[in-house]
Amino acid sequence: MSSDAPDPNDPADVADGSDVADGVDASAPTADEPEENDGEVEESAKHTPSGSPPLRVEGLVKRFGGVTAVDGASFEVESGSLTGLIGPNGAGKSTTFNCITGVHEPTAGTVSFQGEDVTGLKPYQIARKGLVRTFQIARELSEMTVLENLMLAPQGQLGESAVRAVTPGLRGAVVEEETALRERAWETLEFFEIDHLAHEHAGNLSGGQRKLLEMARVLMTDPEMVLLDEPLAGVNPTLEEKLLDRIHDLRADGYTFLLVEHDMDVIMNNCERVIVMHQGSVLAEGTGDEIRNDERVIEAYLGEDL
Amino acid sequence: MSDADPAVPEADAPESATAAVIAAAKESDFALVVGTLLAIYAAAALLSFTDGLNSVVGLMETLTFLGLVYALTALALNLQWGYTGLFNIGVAGFMAVGVYTMGMVVRSPDPAFGPPGLGLPLPVGVLAGMGMAALLGGIAALPALRLKADYLAIVTLGLSEIIRLSLQSSAFDSFLRDTIGAGTGGGRGMGMPDNPVRDLFLVDGQAGTPTALGDLVFGVFGTDGLGISHPILIGWGYIAVLAAFLVGFYLLLERLGRSPFGRTMKAIREDELVANSLGKDVNLVKIKVFVIGCALMGLAGILWFGSQGNVSPTPQFRPLLTFYVFIAVIIGGSGSNTGSVLGGIVFAAVLFEGPRRVGGAVRGLIDAETPGSFADALVSLDPVTLLAYAADNVAPLQFVFLGLVLVFIIHRRPEGVLGDRIETAAAVDLSERPAGGESDE
Repeated sequence: MSSDAPDPNDPADVADGSDVADGVDASAPTADEPEENDGEVEESAKHTPSGSPPLRVEGLVKRFGGVTAVDGASFEVESGSLTGLIGPNGAGKSTTFNCITGVHEPTAGTVSFQGEDVTGLKPYQIARKGLVRTFQIARELSEMTVLENLMLAPQGQLGESAVRAVTPGLRGAVVEEETALRERAWETLEFFEIDHLAHEHAGNLSGGQRKLLEMARVLMTDPEMVLLDEPLAGVNPTLEEKLLDRIHDLRADGYTFLLVEHDMDVIMNNCERVIVMHQGSVLAEGTGDEIRNDERVIEAYLGEDL
Repeated sequence: MSDADPAVPEADAPESATAAVIAAAKESDFALVVGTLLAIYAAAALLSFTDGLNSVVGLMETLTFLGLVYALTALALNLQWGYTGLFNIGVAGFMAVGVYTMGMVVRSPDPAFGPPGLGLPLPVGVLAGMGMAALLGGIAALPALRLKADYLAIVTLGLSEIIRLSLQSSAFDSFLRDTIGAGTGGGRGMGMPDNPVRDLFLVDGQAGTPTALGDLVFGVFGTDGLGISHPILIGWGYIAVLAAFLVGFYLLLERLGRSPFGRTMKAIREDELVANSLGKDVNLVKIKVFVIGCALMGLAGILWFGSQGNVSPTPQFRPLLTFYVFIAVIIGGSGSNTGSVLGGIVFAAVLFEGPRRVGGAVRGLIDAETPGSFADALVSLDPVTLLAYAADNVAPLQFVFLGLVLVFIIHRRPEGVLGDRIETAAAVDLSERPAGGESDE
């Protein structure tokens, strides 16, 4: 892994999205379903301080050998928003996700989170700052129980120190913390309605339950912002409804979400802002309606169907 | 120490009667281990009772010693491989480093024969041995951070062989003598410092001059009492020490496993990227696990080979030793500490030492001449002759047996005897939800 110095000024289309972005956040509820929570979002936004946008990506470039997967993508995600990221296969969405979360080191460009440059940090460092992701294919820890999966997630646990975990005098505090953690894990399981599975090995869960588990696990880290990589892929409609309800509930609590999804209806109905990627860069940005009517988007991706 | 575990579903009905017995015995880990030992003792008594009490107790002593040292090493390996998924095939090397460092630190600076040492007290030597093994473990962990399982295995195997060959090299021996004043003894190995347990029974370790404790024990059990030879009795004294260390290892590793640290280890085993994405410093945990595990392997090496009078690199620390320890962990069920203890004991008694003893006993019962070759034995068409041949060649047959057992286990029960249990990775009981706090979001 060679570490190229990040160069924020390199690619050109920095300006592309940002002008569209301003002020969209609080805009009217999107097309079909009114967002009943919108009013509360701003009030109860206890997680992210208003001010600088939680996530800002500038001129992101990622090359794998001769292939340029991401080619100068720039966008911002507003605090407390549910932003959708769409694009045809190979548009660079997943690579962008991986660059943001530290799985890949960007070839060029910067990623900043809450005003802080996090480009090239390790995944665990980024997660500790409150930017946590789920995976496209749910990655449950299959030989651990659902409860253990959840209890793994919280940051900075005392008992993560091997010395504290074994030393007689110091273990008391660990046990105390674990007791509180166990209760929180149960509450989170109830919130996602998978508490009946608590003692099951995660590997025995169905696909949809794994998605719920992953979301629950991410929440246990106490994140500021959550990146959801196709959380609804392979999920039946009932469960999809449930997952979306949870996302809206959490957004009302002040969490910020960036959602990659293939299902256009989901994006249009649930996200107040949509970012369209095409061939590694951001093609358009705006509300669902604006995206629907954007000639370039229709041409590049959506077809005349919309 | 352990919790009964109601979470194990009864859905997978026991495949056989043995499985049912095992399921019942799982209720208590301690009873399980003691029960296994008793079963082994019963078999040992059956094998050797014709030779008198001394032989019976002696065989039990040998089996217990081997069982405990294998259990100690298997526990250390289980931390790395069973819990964290780090495929360390250098166990023999880390054990060698532990015991050699101890020997070099403790041996007299001016010994009657063999290489000189630093002449420091034994506890210093033991700590130095563990420290050196831990240091090497830390160094071995560095490639582990970048390598996937099988490549890590090759690196650790290579390291273990480098250690063995270095200890064997006379050039390395004289280099160490010149620089730090303590040598390895090269290919001839080195004599180990006196076992302090022996001094408990004998004044200055000299046979024939028992201490007060020695007098008491020898009087009741020894040649003046039950007629058990004194080295065997001293051996049992050392077994008590090993048992204490085993309990210590077990408690340490159980606490480590049942904690947030243990959860992180398991998460790394399951999916490194997930652990990383949840804010866990995967590399740091891997280094810690390597350091702790290798220190324990060093200590196990000291307790095992340090008590054997003489160590030399080549018969003792070949990779074969590592594979034996792996077999012990596999039998017990990787990921379970109780399983590792059980696996160590079962491996040592049933697979390692047992066949030879059984072969010897069987041969003693057969009144037939051993044929010259397998073909001759086969042609004779006489089962007794065939059995005599097998009993006389039990050493090579033992490996066939070992292989068959491994194939059987991996085919029929890949998770090992206790591998299917849920080893809770938390400092609190997760089995049921405590009352209260039913609040909703």
